[in-house]
Amino acid sequence: MIATALYIAVGTVGLAQVLAMVRLLRGPHVGDRILALDTMVINAIALIILAGMSLGTQMYFESAMIIAMLGFVSTVALCRFVLRGDITE
Amino acid sequence: MSLFIIVALPFLGALLPGLFIRAGRQACFVATFTVSALAFIGLMTHLPAVLGGQVATARLDWLPDLGLNLNLFLDPLGFMFAALILGIGLLIIIYARWYLSRDDNMGEFFSYLLLFQGAMVGIVLSDNILMLLVFWELTSLSSFLLIGFWKHLPAGRQGARMALTVTGMGGLAMIGGMLILGQIVGSYDLTVILENRELIQASPLYLPALLLILTGCFTKSAQFPFHFWLPHAMSAPTPVSAYLHSATMVKAGLFLMARMWPVLSGTDVWVTLVCSVGLITMVLGAFIAFFKNDLKALLAFSTVSHLGLICFLLGTGTTFGAMAAVFHILNHASFKAALFMVAGIVDHGVHTRDMRKLGGLRHVMPLTFVLATLAGLSMAGIPLLNGFISKEMMLEEAVHTTLFGSPLLVAVVATIGALFSAAYSFRFISHTFLGAERDDYPAHPHDPKAGLWFSPALLMIPVIALGVAPFMAEPFVRLVTEAVVGGVAELPEEHLALWHGFKPALFMSMIAVVGGLIWLALFSPLSRMWESAPRPEAKDIFDTLIKALANGAGRFSRTLHDGSFTRYAAIFTLAVVAVGTHAWSTGTAGGATRDMLRVTPIAAMLWGMLIAATCFLVFYHRNRLAVLILMGIIGLIVSVSFNYFSAPDLALTQISVEVVTIILLLLALNFLPNRSPKESTPIRRTRDAVIALIGGAAVAGLVWTILMSGFPLASISEYHLANSYKGGGGDNVVNVILVDFRGYDTFGEIIVLGIAALVIYALTEALLNGPVRAKLLNRDFEEARAGDAHPLMMVVLTRVMMPVVLMVGVYIFLRGHNEPGGGFVAGLVVAIAVVMQYMASGFAWAEKRQRYPYHGIIGAGVLCAGLTGIGSWFAGEPFLTSAFGYFRIPPMQEFELATAMGFDLGVFLSVVGAVMLLLESFFRLGRRAGTEDSEYAIDIDPSRTSTAEEG
Repeated sequence: MIATALYIAVGTVGLAQVLAMVRLLRGPHVGDRILALDTMVINAIALIILAGMSLGTQMYFESAMIIAMLGFVSTVALCRFVLRGDITE
Repeated sequence: MSLFIIVALPFLGALLPGLFIRAGRQACFVATFTVSALAFIGLMTHLPAVLGGQVATARLDWLPDLGLNLNLFLDPLGFMFAALILGIGLLIIIYARWYLSRDDNMGEFFSYLLLFQGAMVGIVLSDNILMLLVFWELTSLSSFLLIGFWKHLPAGRQGARMALTVTGMGGLAMIGGMLILGQIVGSYDLTVILENRELIQASPLYLPALLLILTGCFTKSAQFPFHFWLPHAMSAPTPVSAYLHSATMVKAGLFLMARMWPVLSGTDVWVTLVCSVGLITMVLGAFIAFFKNDLKALLAFSTVSHLGLICFLLGTGTTFGAMAAVFHILNHASFKAALFMVAGIVDHGVHTRDMRKLGGLRHVMPLTFVLATLAGLSMAGIPLLNGFISKEMMLEEAVHTTLFGSPLLVAVVATIGALFSAAYSFRFISHTFLGAERDDYPAHPHDPKAGLWFSPALLMIPVIALGVAPFMAEPFVRLVTEAVVGGVAELPEEHLALWHGFKPALFMSMIAVVGGLIWLALFSPLSRMWESAPRPEAKDIFDTLIKALANGAGRFSRTLHDGSFTRYAAIFTLAVVAVGTHAWSTGTAGGATRDMLRVTPIAAMLWGMLIAATCFLVFYHRNRLAVLILMGIIGLIVSVSFNYFSAPDLALTQISVEVVTIILLLLALNFLPNRSPKESTPIRRTRDAVIALIGGAAVAGLVWTILMSGFPLASISEYHLANSYKGGGGDNVVNVILVDFRGYDTFGEIIVLGIAALVIYALTEALLNGPVRAKLLNRDFEEARAGDAHPLMMVVLTRVMMPVVLMVGVYIFLRGHNEPGGGFVAGLVVAIAVVMQYMASGFAWAEKRQRYPYHGIIGAGVLCAGLTGIGSWFAGEPFLTSAFGYFRIPPMQEFELATAMGFDLGVFLSVVGAVMLLLESFFRLGRRAGTEDSEYAIDIDPSRTSTAEEG
């Protein structure tokens, strides 16, 4: 049962990841690209958690946690750069 | 005294003069003299054994697998040279004490002198040719320091450089020759090599070895065509010239030829080459010496000539020649050292060494005149002085030597050489001391103090004693000759004697002396001819040659290395691919032994995205911000892939490094335009693309092959897996490798990391204090700025996140030893937590609240790691040995403590400090003029507004 659910989940998240990437490449504005990158970071967290579930290990939990905790820093830095030109004023 | 101590004494003693000079010149002199005297006495304690035919040895294994051992031995040949080096060294030290003026740094001088002395003693006592080479190079280096001692004189510096270039080049050739010799025999021990004459001479490598070794000897002993460096080395202080050019440095080449005599000599090549080089040098040196007006230049060329003479004697390959060579080495050392010192005395008294300004000095410097006459006549080969005996032996040997099929050639050339030699000796005496007293001396000449004349006077004892009664030296000379010959041939019947009867040599001697007098009488017309004749100037040729070589090297390296990164990358890629292809096509590869893993849809998807992102990155590469965003994707996919391939440690590191990289590059983008300009033509871009594809395909192919085949060697993983817990007390093998198995590497790496961060800091400071500062501060904003500088949302969020992230950092640090994590990742995580504060509330605000300087954190980290490593010494274990144990503090569960944790803490602190120092440097660079530093953390703070209204 869980296996089927995992298949569906991985398929969905994977599709989301591909679509986010398409958005990232198409743009058109730099804001779209940064948001797409942020979405991809979120999807990556999901993929890692799903991989951990399908393999039945907690080993990957920390990676997911670190991405969740620090992934937003890159997004914020990129945004600051676009908006203010300097990330530490 | 042990031979080790004799060799080590001058080296250790070289430290003393520099210290003792603070206690005064006399103390400095006494210290130096004592060191040399101790070594000399130590050597003399071996005299009875040496005379008794015993060979003292001292052996110490250094790198036995390479054949490099500190083996010393003392045979009569080594003894004679060591006694000359140390004995004349003592006299030189006394002389130098009175010669050096108060402006000269005596401590420095004596330090160099002792270094040189140690290196020379090392050469003559070495029983290992590799050690001999080490000492050989040391003499080149220390003589460079001595020759260039008067650093304020350009001639001194140039002379020193020339000497170093020529002798250093010879040393290089010598290394090649010695290694070949060692390969032929299979041992680098001199005593073993000397017993293998047949083996060496039969080897096809004999000729290259001989030529290379002779190049080394000829350069060192200033033989034609390498003779030119020696006269230029005369700009050194006179004690140096007296020491280097009478008894030591230039004799090193002769010593080695004598040492290698049993195995190298006797072949046609040896006889032809060494004899002719020696003869040419002898005649040429003597001829030029006659016309030199500077006393020291005359002596320099005379030294060249006498070295040629000894070289010729060794080259004949007969035992009589060897005996004459040994005897002349002794004689030359005694009279030439004295002559140099006399030249120095004249220079000291009259303040010139130019013979055109000298003459008649016998009236005002009678004592110096006597010394100069005795030594000069000995050099000329006048009977009852020691120079006569050995010179006549040389002439005798010349009569019996056939070169190029002509029995007369050598005899004639040798007589001409002797004639010139007599002529310049007579000129030295007559043009300096004879004639009428002049009244235009640059200074008031007078005989020197005892300190200056003592040394040359002492040297007159052997000059006269051996001249009158040469038989006194015969037993010793025979003993040394026996050591030179090494049992290859019978010792000669002849004896050292004043009178040999009416032999050809006597008539040749007479011709030489009479001819020399006539030649001197013709000095004025000859000198005018010499001055007007065109002649090659060695220094100009040398300078031109060096300049041409330097230009050539420069052109070569500029072609490969012109500052364009594209070019380096292209050359590097193509070279590596070419070498790799060659290895692939000539070597053997195991072939694919593994099956492909199943390609899951998710793996295929990630792979496809990675490829797509990379392609787009290349496509968009002129848009710098787009490149950064695409790099973000690639980093993300790589992190996920690390997880997919079960490498959580790498994934953790990759994620945190990715964040820091993006921040760093964004900081760098501050100083760059958003789009990079097109700088190359389409053709160049195509070329670069082709090279890039070739390189990429090669790497991909290599990785594919490695992944599909088994390991060519047994993998070390098994060992690490088996010993990780047992030895390091951790289940996380990756971490145990970092902090334990390869702890030393990690220790070095954190130091390098710290240094790199400090260098970046230093560069930043230099930029900010330089003219660039104004430019940096007044950059224009490219685009209009939007929003707040320090938005409320972000400040609140980062403040809330800060403790959480720090806690996660601590967690990752603590679990690192047994599960994925560790100091490095924890350090990055904590650094990001701090950087968030900088980003949210601004640099000025955050900097004020930063209490500990980042340099200090780096230092603390390195110190912490180092102290942990040192701690294991107290347990009697080597550096960085781990220990671990289990503890229990009542309310908690049992937990493990390992010393590796202290080390990991060091790694953690270094990483935090280095990353922060690096980013902070960029933050500082990014500051612009006109930005107001807010004193508040948040620009628009509702609570502040309300309190303001209330108040």
